[in-house]
Amino acid sequence: MTATTEKPLTGGIPSDGSMLDLRAYEQAGGYQAIRKVLNVGMTPKAVIEAVKDANLRGRGGAGFPTGLKWSFVPVGKDAPNPTYLCVNADEMEPGTFKDRLLLERNPHQLIEGAIVAAFAIEADIAYIFLRGEYILAAERLGRAIADAYGRNYLGKNILGSGYSLELHLHLSGGRYICGDETGLLNALEGKRGNPRSKPPFPVVSGLFGKPTVVNNVETLSCVPHIINNGAAWFRALGRGKDGGTKLYGASGKVKRPGLWELPMGTPVREILEEQAGGMRDGLRFRGLLPGGSSTPFIVAEHLDTPMDFTEMPKAGSRLGTGTMIVLDDQTCPVGMTWNMMRFFARESCGFCTPCWSGLGWVARILKAIEEGRGKPGDLEKLADQAKMWAPGNTFCALAPGAADPLNTALKYFRDDFERHIREHRCPWR
Amino acid sequence: MLTAEEISEIEKEAANYPRRDAVSIDALRIVQRRRGWVSDESLADIAKHLGMSAADLDGVATFYNLIYRRPVGRHVISVCDSVSCWIMGGARVCEHLQETLGIGLGETTPDDRFTLLPTVCLGCCDRAPAMMVDRDLHSDLTAQKIDAEIEKYQ
Repeated sequence: MTATTEKPLTGGIPSDGSMLDLRAYEQAGGYQAIRKVLNVGMTPKAVIEAVKDANLRGRGGAGFPTGLKWSFVPVGKDAPNPTYLCVNADEMEPGTFKDRLLLERNPHQLIEGAIVAAFAIEADIAYIFLRGEYILAAERLGRAIADAYGRNYLGKNILGSGYSLELHLHLSGGRYICGDETGLLNALEGKRGNPRSKPPFPVVSGLFGKPTVVNNVETLSCVPHIINNGAAWFRALGRGKDGGTKLYGASGKVKRPGLWELPMGTPVREILEEQAGGMRDGLRFRGLLPGGSSTPFIVAEHLDTPMDFTEMPKAGSRLGTGTMIVLDDQTCPVGMTWNMMRFFARESCGFCTPCWSGLGWVARILKAIEEGRGKPGDLEKLADQAKMWAPGNTFCALAPGAADPLNTALKYFRDDFERHIREHRCPWR
Repeated sequence: MLTAEEISEIEKEAANYPRRDAVSIDALRIVQRRRGWVSDESLADIAKHLGMSAADLDGVATFYNLIYRRPVGRHVISVCDSVSCWIMGGARVCEHLQETLGIGLGETTPDDRFTLLPTVCLGCCDRAPAMMVDRDLHSDLTAQKIDAEIEKYQ
């Protein structure tokens, strides 16, 4: 796989929009990782150690070390049974469009990663939780799963190894909060997708009360490559401390919006200027959300920050999903913040008071400011509400995720908010 | 009454889960796909089949955006109103759709041809603004493109 070593996740994908089918995936070295694990005879513990050693961190946005998560699952003959693996393919974070590519164009890579992960945590049932709007992904994944069963990569006694795994595809009924791992578990149990209070964590008590690991699509897609090429190789793909490559994206008024697989830790500026081509002619850069609408804004002074889990917090932000949303100088930052808060208010599951109560209020205040009805004291009210959304005040990360763009918008674009209130209008309208 | 076909499809899904009520969302989708929406009667039938109360199942049904508890038109337009589309003119796309169809968000045209719904980010932000019509994704939307596309759905 020499031609694809720098872009292990996407390098082999056909350029015509089709998917890497079973035959092409196998020819590119696919399904060798499960042979190495199941036939050559790696122990689950050795697989976990390899993934830990590779420093693979969760690509869903939180960046939790994947191998460490797997190691928390109780195993052995006294462990609860069964153990489940859930693949989080519920990509709904606004501004995020990375898993769609992996699902539509390289589904076997995900399936192989899921098999290795399931083996590592000694799970015998796995579910892929796919958002209902990803129609093409559902069709292609469905076909890929059937093909994998056909070759005995799934099912009973996989490749004669004695290990068995059933993999099922579940289509979501559609709700942002199901992307939260405990909301996902409730949805998969056929309930309302309200997140659960933690602890207990899913690795101890997850799906149907059994130990469960929930991993993101991009995370699992990295796993076969770690097994095939080794932890040191994977670590060396990254430019900083975090291993591997990353699917980075850019949306907004840049010259070339798109998605690119680059070394983890590629600086923001390189992605914005070299990959996305910089701002459209006549527009100036004002700021960006690095990885979806739940990440804090960064501005020009932060552009040389490496985009990884370790470095982005030093710029007061987070890597999140790695798909940046770019704000230009002819787009209103108040309007943008209102759009995002309205989104969070609508998608709140309605369980925790600071979230359902505060988000609606904040969205209404922002609407008033944007429409020229803002009042002195409104910005203080917004900041007070955001304080109520601090982690720990709610079951899940929805409200804390809303606080991040709100607080940083108030910090970096304060003059714009004040001008709206002072002039009783939006200067961009 | 659920049809034999619906029951067979629900049971196929049910085999993948340790509890029958786990397939509640799949069952709602299966029935909706054939009937367009989930009526009170359908809801009660599904609940009975899964051994749930109708109230519990309605709690599930009303939580999810893709389950329709009211009749919808022959085609459902789901227009993205999340942030990347908004930056790229998504609000104008929403307005254009409402003006063209003569209905507001959440409404159905009098001839039952279209229902217009706002939706969360569709995950094609590099080709914003975007919408789905039924199972089809449409991106890089402009007023002209919208007019041309919706003509195809009669």
